[in-house]
Amino acid sequence: MGAGMEDKIIKQISLFAENKPGRLANVANKLKSAGVNIRAFTIAESGDFGIIRMVVDRPDYTHDILHDAGFTVSETSVLGIEMEDVPGSMSRIAEVFGKVKINIDYAYAFITRDQKALLIVRVNDIEKAVKTLQEEGIKLITMKELEKI
Amino acid sequence: MPEYWDPEIETMPAEDLKKLQEEKLKQLVHYVYERSPFYRKRFDEHGVKPEDIQTLEDIRKLPFTVKQDLRDTYPIGMFCVPNSQLTRFHASSGTTGKPTVVGYTQQDIDEWAESLARAFTSVGMGKDDILQVSYGYGLFTGGLGAHYGCEKLGATVLPTSSGNTERQLELMMDLDVTAIACTPSYFLYMIETARKIGMNIKEETKLKRGFFGAEPWTEELKKRIEDEAGIKAYDIYGTSEMSGPLFTECSAQSGIHIWADKFLVEILDTETGETVPDGERGELVITTLTKEALPLIRYKVKDLTRKLSEPCACGRTHPRIARISGRSDDMIIVRGINVFPGQIESVLMKIPEVGSHFMIIVDRIGPLDSMKVQIEMHGSAFSDKMSDMMALKRKVSGALKSVLNLAVEVELVEHGSLPRSEGKSKKVIDKRKI
Repeated sequence: MGAGMEDKIIKQISLFAENKPGRLANVANKLKSAGVNIRAFTIAESGDFGIIRMVVDRPDYTHDILHDAGFTVSETSVLGIEMEDVPGSMSRIAEVFGKVKINIDYAYAFITRDQKALLIVRVNDIEKAVKTLQEEGIKLITMKELEKI
Repeated sequence: MPEYWDPEIETMPAEDLKKLQEEKLKQLVHYVYERSPFYRKRFDEHGVKPEDIQTLEDIRKLPFTVKQDLRDTYPIGMFCVPNSQLTRFHASSGTTGKPTVVGYTQQDIDEWAESLARAFTSVGMGKDDILQVSYGYGLFTGGLGAHYGCEKLGATVLPTSSGNTERQLELMMDLDVTAIACTPSYFLYMIETARKIGMNIKEETKLKRGFFGAEPWTEELKKRIEDEAGIKAYDIYGTSEMSGPLFTECSAQSGIHIWADKFLVEILDTETGETVPDGERGELVITTLTKEALPLIRYKVKDLTRKLSEPCACGRTHPRIARISGRSDDMIIVRGINVFPGQIESVLMKIPEVGSHFMIIVDRIGPLDSMKVQIEMHGSAFSDKMSDMMALKRKVSGALKSVLNLAVEVELVEHGSLPRSEGKSKKVIDKRKI
């Protein structure tokens, strides 16, 4: 991995959960008692089960907490792309990826306190994605910055 | 270490064994006819007299007995000795009806223990071994059966019974236990518990062998247990009606030796009741040749197996049966197709992503039967990509479909959410109201 690559990569917590009442509460309670702060959160669901994806302030610690509590959990490398909160920002990112044939596995977005939009993406070639975005002058959020959002 | 417990009997030429069985069978029919009103009535109704039994083949003239007979004569109507000669009772849990009671004379207990001592010897166990008996002690025959067998052998018993798993693991490690006897599902639970408390059975214990039985299990699960615990896993077999656990595989691991001087085995076609050719699957029918308190004539065990007739590499001449492939009672019929839980276990245990616990749920939605299999995946198989998870579900349902010829819905459930069992595990929930 090239210099500076590592801190551009965000560790997302991915979690398997059955699609049943009370399952999310179970996870949330664990995070609460461990004092983990959730920065971004989404659930992908498929009938009987879901995959919870979240960005938290202390990913390694959170992973261990959930793993020890018996959850099926993993850490996934994703990117946090900062965009202007104006029409056309998303289109630009998608075009950049399309041009160099990077596939987006999934993405979710939210608005930050300082009126920026933040897009969390998992791509099929993360190193190439970092390089491309940097060449295009698109800002990637670091883990440190994310903690302050 | 002696190779055989009783070399003369265990390696007796097959012809001599047959003669021995014939003599014992002739004595047995007189014994039960004279002592048990139940058998006398059954023989009379069937139009057969003890004198009609002169050769082994004549056994076909005798009526069958089934578990219902034990229920109908509850508690001790089939016994052939008065209470004063009894040494012990055991009883079944009676989950599918009235409980059944079995009884033993002192000689019955001794014969039972000797059967297992022979079996333990046949896998290379001896006086230096320490056997942890994690079968339940009490009315269930597993615990006390393995216990007495081990003492007869002269090895050391650690009578933990089932439950209190962390304590069991601690003792296993601290006492240098070399062998264990329990249900395969309980051993899986032990492996899982060990992992949870940061203990490695493979690396940190002296465990070399496990005897697993009292519920049907498959070759695939056996392989998984052997890999994960670093032991040799042996099938142990016997039912409470026969006494309890009596037989195991030998070191050749090519079937379970049934001691022919004590038990007569028939494998019959479930439909016609005729003997099936050696090697073909049928239902196991047992006649006890030496039991005093509760002898059984042509008892339909409801277990399905095959008779293996080729000579065994271990040198024992006693007939062998293959691993019990299922109970005829366990068969579920889904959309007219016969399904055995063991078939499903075989498929699942061959897929590395699938965990060791599963549950089969059969239901009827509208006019159609549906079958769902719930599985837990191994942590390493989890992916944050939905497409990977869907691919895993398709892989499992495809594998099941190709074996069962039936569409099966596969449901991924959270790790630890399927019931863990300390005794016999329940693998099927049938919600159909038929």
